[in-house]
Order: sequence, then C-alpha cells, then structure tokens
Amino acid sequence: MKRLAKLPLKISLSIALKNISVRFFRSMITTLSLVLAVAFLAFTLVSNDVAQSLFAVGDINITGKLSTLGYDISPGAESISASAKQRWIVVLSLLVCVVGIVNAQIMSVSERFREIGTMKCLGALDGLVVKIFIIEAGIQGMTGSLFGSLLGMISALLMGMLRFGMLSISSISWVAVLNSMATGILIGTMLSLLGALYPAYMAARMQPVDAMRVEQ
Amino acid sequence: MATKDVVRVAEVTKDFDLGKIVVHVLKGINLEIQTGHYISIMGPSGSGKSTLFNMIGGLDKPTSGKVFIDEVDIAQLDAYELAWLRCRKIGYIFQTFNLIPVMTALENVTLPMTFAGIPNDTANEKGMDLLNLVGLDGRHAHKPSELSGGQQQRVAVARALANDPAIILADEPTGNLDLNTGEDIITLLKKLSKERKVTVISATHDYKMLNVSDKVVWIRDGRIDKIQNRDELNIQTGGVEKTTG
Ligand SMILES: Nc1ncnc2c1ncn2[C@@H]1O[C@H](COP(=O)(O)OP(=O)(O)OP(=O)(O)O)[C@@H](O)[C@H]1O
Ligand SMILES: [Mg+2]
Repeated sequence: MKRLAKLPLKISLSIALKNISVRFFRSMITTLSLVLAVAFLAFTLVSNDVAQSLFAVGDINITGKLSTLGYDISPGAESISASAKQRWIVVLSLLVCVVGIVNAQIMSVSERFREIGTMKCLGALDGLVVKIFIIEAGIQGMTGSLFGSLLGMISALLMGMLRFGMLSISSISWVAVLNSMATGILIGTMLSLLGALYPAYMAARMQPVDAMRVEQ
Repeated sequence: MATKDVVRVAEVTKDFDLGKIVVHVLKGINLEIQTGHYISIMGPSGSGKSTLFNMIGGLDKPTSGKVFIDEVDIAQLDAYELAWLRCRKIGYIFQTFNLIPVMTALENVTLPMTFAGIPNDTANEKGMDLLNLVGLDGRHAHKPSELSGGQQQRVAVARALANDPAIILADEPTGNLDLNTGEDIITLLKKLSKERKVTVISATHDYKMLNVSDKVVWIRDGRIDKIQNRDELNIQTGGVEKTTG
C-alpha cells in the first residue's frame, strides 16, 4: 500500500484561514468571549499596577484613598499586589479566563466533529486536522487576547484617572503595565490553544464513522 | 483465481456495545470482489449494508475478521497508508452525503485533491469538469444548503471521483435522485467500471441498479443470504426475485 505524503504547513494555514473567514460570525462569537475574559484579567492586573504605583508614591492621602477603595494595606507593607485579597481577585479573573475561553473553544470545535470525520474519510491525516484547528485557535486566541488586553488596560487606566486624576498616569510604571498585558495575551492564547487541542485531538483519533455520528 | 480480488472480506463481524446490550450487526460476512466488477448489495433496511460499507472502506474497525484491499489486511496499515487508501484508492458516496456545509460545491469536490497534494489550479479545473460531468454546471459556487438533496448527492458523486479511485463505495447513490438523474448516475458508474476498470460496490434499493450489476449480494440480518451472478439474475423488468415481503 502506498503512503499519503504529509502536506506542507502552508496548506493547513490556508484551510484554517478560509475556515475563519467563512465562519466569520461564529468565529466572532468565540473570539468575543475570549476578548471579554482576557479584558477582565488585564483590567485586574493593570488596576493592580496602577494601585501599586500610586502606593509607591507614599502620599498618606492617596494611601488612605486606596484603603477605602478596598485595597489591603497592612502597615509597613511594601507592595499591594502581594496581599491575599489582591491575589484572590487575580485568581478569580484567571478562572473566568479558563472557563470562558476553554468552553468557547470546546464548543466551537465540538460542533465540527462531523466535519472532522468527513475530512478523515477523504484522506486527511490526524495531524492535519489537529494542525488546522490549532492554527485557527491560535489566530483567534492571539487577536482576541490582544484586543482584550488593550481593552482591559485602557479601562483600568481610565478608572485610575477617574479616581486619582493625572497622578495615576504620571506615576505609573509602564513596564509593569506592558508586563500585565503580555501576561493577558499569553494566557488567553494558551488557553485558546488548549481548549481547541483537546477536542480536536479526540475527534481526529476517532474512527471516522464515530466522529461523523456524534450528535451536533 | 483468474481475476484478482480487489476486496476480500473474511469472517467479518461487527457488534455495537450499547452499554446494557450488545447489538450484533454483522454476523460473519465472507465476500470476494474482483477488479472492475459492479457489485450491488441489496437488503432490507437495518440489515447492515452501511455497516459493511464502513468496514470495507476502512472507516471503522470490525469486531472480528479481516478486510483485505489488494490482498493487504487493512487492519495492519499505518496512519499514512490508511489515509492514502481513503484518499486515493477509494471514493465514498455516503447515504447522508456528508458534504462540508461551509464549503461550496467546488471546494467540496477539490478537498480530496488538496489532501492528495494536488495544486489548487489543477484541482479547481478538474473539480469544474467533474461538476459538469454530474450535471451541476453553474452551481460550483453554491453551498450544500443552497442545493437540493439530489444536487447534493451529485456533488458527493463528483467528490468521490476526485482522485480517480480504483474502488467506489456508494451507499444508496440514487436514493435521493429523480428517475432520470438516478439513471444518469448509474450509467456513469457503470461506464467508469467498464472503461476504467473501477470497482463499484453499491448498496441500493433501486432495481434499475441490478441491470448493470455483475453480481448482486443479498444481505439479511447481518449475514449474506445469497450471491447471484449476472447470468443468474432474471433481468426482465420486475422479474428480479425479492427477498423481502
Ligand atoms: N453506531 C451504532 N450503534 C448502535 N447500533 C448501530 C450503529 N450503527 C448501526 N447500528 C445498527 O446496525 C444495524 C444496521 O445498520 P445499517 O446502517 O448498517 O443498516 P442498513 O442496511 O444500511 O440500512 P438502510 O438500508 O436503512 O440504510 C441497525 O439495526 C442499526 O441500528
Ligand atoms: Mg444504510
């Protein structure tokens, strides 16, 4: 029996891009939940950065205001974000990301099991199927997280300005902000890949008829 | 053996484990099919025709027994060989069409060629020819949802022919077609089997199909009831013996 050659990455890329564009509306919904989840995470992280920078200014009034806003400031503490409460908020927004993004991807890949089964019947290798879905999820994950991060960052900065005026901007550490945004993008993309990888891998490994029979 | 067996099915059984009960769908099928033959598989609904198809086509694994394609046990194939088999050797026509809903008719037809590594331009050109062949000129840009059942089935036929397969497995290829188109498809399949030595294996309820068959395999309740050669078939219209009541 002869063997089918592996296709170059270019082919999976072009199939993935075509899929994203023809499913534009459906992709938008998946991407949108990704944007929102990452925006929430980035908002939390950047808000922490803002508070941290303000706290570092060392003004009693500002520290007091931070305290009334709910930031845990223990006497003699050097940093805000290390407090248990702040960590808990970050963990919570991470949880929102995991559930939101992974769920969106699992749903959008699962509704395509039949398609995966059909592709396998027509001679697609498991690897090709997985690659197509990974590329799609990667592109969605990256663009979604980028927008989400920007959205979260902008709203956190605006919120800071509203509460503390220009000081919140002038005192801010941009390195910390960029760091927070990068964290959001990284986590959003990774979770998006993870959420797509699992169902795509499962479907690709099934017997084609079993994948085609899965109820949509 | 004078002619080579392109497909050999040996003692194939298939059970479906439904948790509480196990359904025995195929109960020991033995079948030899020679290159270039046109085989019809007849049998009542639920007798296991589609299940047998999936086994022959390497789309599912038998519970026991073996399927040989060109005398190679397909259970022994690695992923790349199996993909080659599905892509280049066998063309499938499914009872439920199984077109990809977001792709146009042309894209559906060219997909197997893409998987085979054929460049886009060549694939598009051939795809258009195939769509013309099945009478779908001018419909290449339509999505399956914009086509009638019969038209979708014709797209499926065109797709099955994409990589010039040696075997065509067709599950009720005329099931959704009007009389004329049904006859066209049968004539086309017969022509392929005659001129290009393509082996056609087709499940059907369509008695027109029997006229062109070299062999008719009657399946009943997961077993082969009988196999009739062309000369044993009584081909006057309506003269074909029925197994079901
Ligand atoms: N995945 C499955 N799980 C459980 N039972 C199944 C499964 N697939 C098929 N069956 C059972 O196997 C039997 C044979 O099904 P099959 O689809 O092969 O029939 P068929 O001969 O093709 O019928 P038809 O002419 O209606 O297409 C049926 O009783 C069906 O319920
Ligand atoms: Mg059937």
